[in-house]
Amino acid sequence: MSLASIVIVGAGQAGYQVAASLRQEGHTGRIVLIGDEPGLPYQRPPLSKAYLLGKIADTALLFRPADFFATQNIELIHDQATAIDRINRRVLLASGEALSYDHLVLATGAHNRPLAVPGAQLEGVFGIKTKLHADTLAPLVHAARDVVVVGAGFIGLEFAAVAAALGANVHVLELGDRPMARAVSREMSEVFRKAHEGWGVHFDFRQGLASIESDNGKVCAVITSDGRRLPADLVVFGIGVIANVQIASEAGLHIENGIKVDAHLLTSDPQISALGDVACFPCLHNDQQPIRLESVQNAVDQARCIAARLMGKPAAYEALPWFWTDQGALKLQIAGLSTGYDSSVIVGSPETSQLSVLCFRNDQLIAVESCNRPGDHMAARKILARAPQLTAAQAAAPGFELKAWEVANRP
Amino acid sequence: MPVLTLIEFNGTEHRVNADIGQSVMQAANFANVPGLQADCGGACSCATCHAFIDDAWLARVPAAEETESDMLDYACGRAENSRLTCQLIVSDALDGLVLRLPESQY
Repeated sequence: MSLASIVIVGAGQAGYQVAASLRQEGHTGRIVLIGDEPGLPYQRPPLSKAYLLGKIADTALLFRPADFFATQNIELIHDQATAIDRINRRVLLASGEALSYDHLVLATGAHNRPLAVPGAQLEGVFGIKTKLHADTLAPLVHAARDVVVVGAGFIGLEFAAVAAALGANVHVLELGDRPMARAVSREMSEVFRKAHEGWGVHFDFRQGLASIESDNGKVCAVITSDGRRLPADLVVFGIGVIANVQIASEAGLHIENGIKVDAHLLTSDPQISALGDVACFPCLHNDQQPIRLESVQNAVDQARCIAARLMGKPAAYEALPWFWTDQGALKLQIAGLSTGYDSSVIVGSPETSQLSVLCFRNDQLIAVESCNRPGDHMAARKILARAPQLTAAQAAAPGFELKAWEVANRP
Repeated sequence: MPVLTLIEFNGTEHRVNADIGQSVMQAANFANVPGLQADCGGACSCATCHAFIDDAWLARVPAAEETESDMLDYACGRAENSRLTCQLIVSDALDGLVLRLPESQY
C-alpha cells in the first residue's frame, strides 16, 4: 500500500494527533490537515474551565507552535471539506480545491446540540465548543449577575463552577434527576450535587427550558418547562453533541451513531479511517458493543492506533477509556465505563469529597470514579486494563485500598 | 528568557527557550523535544509528562503537591526527584534547570 498522501479532515485533538503521530512513526509522505477554525490546532478541555477563568493564556491552549507544522511538513489548511469523491480518492473543499489521497482520515468531531426553544438565537445565549465561543463568553461571565445553565453534564457543570466562583447566581436546569447522569454513578452524582450547592449553585432537576425572554434583543430571563421565570443575563447550554457525519454519509459510508468503524478504526471503505468524537467503534471495555466516546483519551489513543496501522503496525483498538472533569476544587477522574453497573462500593469519604466509587456488573469491576483521589484513578487504570479479578466483597472489606490491591495483584 | 536543558533517555541534550508562566512540559513540547507525551494536555490527569530533576536543582524546585505526587506513584520508575512537568511553571528562578527524561512514559 503506497501512502504518498494522507489527508486528515478535522484539526481538533484527534486530527492533530494523527498528523503528529504519523511523523513520530516516521511517515515521510505528504500529510494534509484540514481545519475549519482559524489559527493553530488547540485543546478544547480548558475552554469551559481554566481558560474561561483566565488562568491560562491562549498560547497554552495550542498543541504546538506554528513552526512545528512547518518543520514537520504538516500542511495545515484552513478550509471546509464539502465532499468525498471515493472513486477518484479526492476530498473537495469549499474553496474549490480538491485534494487527492491515498488514505483519508475523518476526524470531523461533533457540534453542540442546539437549544430548540424560542429565544435560542438571542444575544447572551451560548454553547461552548470553540475558542471563539470561550473568548466571547469570558468577559460576559465575569460581568454576569444571573446565569442559567441548561444541562448538568460535564461542560455545563464545569461552567457552573466557574460562574459561581466569579460571583454569579447560578441556576442549573436538568431534564434528568441528577448531575452527570449519563457519565457517572448515582453515588458520585450526589457528591457533585452537594459540592455545587455548597458553592451556591441552584439545581432544578426534571426541568427543561420552555423559552428565553429578551430585553432589547438581549437575554433577560428564561421560562422553565413548569412555567417559572428565572432572571438571566447569560444562558449557557451543554445538552450533548451531534456527530459531524455529513460528508461521510453523503459519500455512502456506513453511519450508525456516528461513522461506523471496525476494531482497526477503518470505515466501510478500506481507504478511509475515522476516529474521535465522530467514530462509533466496537469497544472491548463495553462488552464489544459499539460506542461513540467524546474524550481526549479516545481521540489521542485512536490517533496513535491509526498512525501505527498506516505505518505497517496494525493492532485492534483496545485502550481503556478514561475521562476527567475539574469543577471548583473537585477533580473527578473516571476509568472504564460504568454503563449498566449493578452494584457499587465506596472507598474513602463522601463527606470530604475524597472518594472512589467502584462500579461492578455481575460482580466484575467495570469502572472506577475517583474524586480527589488521583492515586486510586491511576491504580484503577492499571487494574481495568487487564481482566480485573477484584470482587465487590473484596472491595467492601474494611481497610481496602485500591493502590495496595493493585500492587499485590500485579501479574 | 529562561533556558532549560532536557536530556533524553538516550543522552541527547536539548536546550529549550521557555517563556515565564509556561509549564516546563509545554516549553519542551513547543521545542519538539521527544519523550513527554502529556496526553491530558497539562491537567495533571495522565502522568505522561514525567521527568527527573537534576540533583543540583532539587532544592530550588518547589515540591510536588499531593495530587501530582499521587499521580506520580504510577509514573514509570518514580524516584525522589520525579516531577510531572505540566505542574512545573517556568520562572526566572528556573533559568538553567536540568531535567532528565525517563525511558518511557507508560
